[in-house]
Amino acid sequence: MDYLWAFIIGGLICVIGQLLMDFTKLTPPRILVIFVVAGAILTGLGLYQPIVDFAKSGATVPLPGFGYLLAKGAMDAVKIDGFMGALVGGLKETAAGITAAIVFGYIIALIFSPKPLR
Amino acid sequence: MSKKKKQDEQVKKEQAKAYEKYVKQFTPNPKYFSNAIKAFFIGGLVCTAALYLQNLFMAQGMMKKDAATAVTVILVCSAQLLTGIGWFDSIARFAGAGVIVPITGFANSMVSPAMEFKKEGLVLGSGAKLFTLAGPVLVCGISVSVIIGIIHLIIDK
Repeated sequence: MDYLWAFIIGGLICVIGQLLMDFTKLTPPRILVIFVVAGAILTGLGLYQPIVDFAKSGATVPLPGFGYLLAKGAMDAVKIDGFMGALVGGLKETAAGITAAIVFGYIIALIFSPKPLR
Repeated sequence: MSKKKKQDEQVKKEQAKAYEKYVKQFTPNPKYFSNAIKAFFIGGLVCTAALYLQNLFMAQGMMKKDAATAVTVILVCSAQLLTGIGWFDSIARFAGAGVIVPITGFANSMVSPAMEFKKEGLVLGSGAKLFTLAGPVLVCGISVSVIIGIIHLIIDK
């Protein structure tokens, strides 16, 4: 059952992105930013946590999940460390993903060369 | 003299309008429905695969948080590898937002400009261009997270 809900919610979030791309003239980078910021704000309002509890990976793997992790990290850290928590928490929570993306991405970019679109 | 200029401008505007109309005839309308269906299935598939991997790691005795992080890292790395060997663009052309909205799109957006600008050097080429698209995402996301943290600090007290 978990898998079904992950599939449906994850798919629906992607459909929202697809509709944004088709109906508005927003470019993909703008859509990425909108999704991450929307995820963070929804988390701040307490609206995204229920979706994550419900759909698990379906809500954390799409980009709003990245915003969710950032906001959740900051909110949790604030409870323990106060003001410093707001500065540390977000990146601490997402550090592994971001670092992997930077290091592995850099290596890949050095090894491979761009290919013409097939 | 100025009258002539005005006339010229008007002619130019009309030409531009006519050209727009002309181009519109040949631009294919995006297939809204089939695009949405494709995005739904591919996006759902990516999320389901992620959940399956996470459950697999948790069955091996990993903590839930660590398992989720490991899955994210795997998704990011595989998307970047696919970008490197040139398959990601083909997949993205078919699936659209189905692979751009999941974290795989973020990973792809870092590698492709970095590869493109490799000729400009390892530091100002690849090193800088790694963040052409990821930079705005990180800047906005982190800024919002700090603001949210501060708001929660104020509210909780």
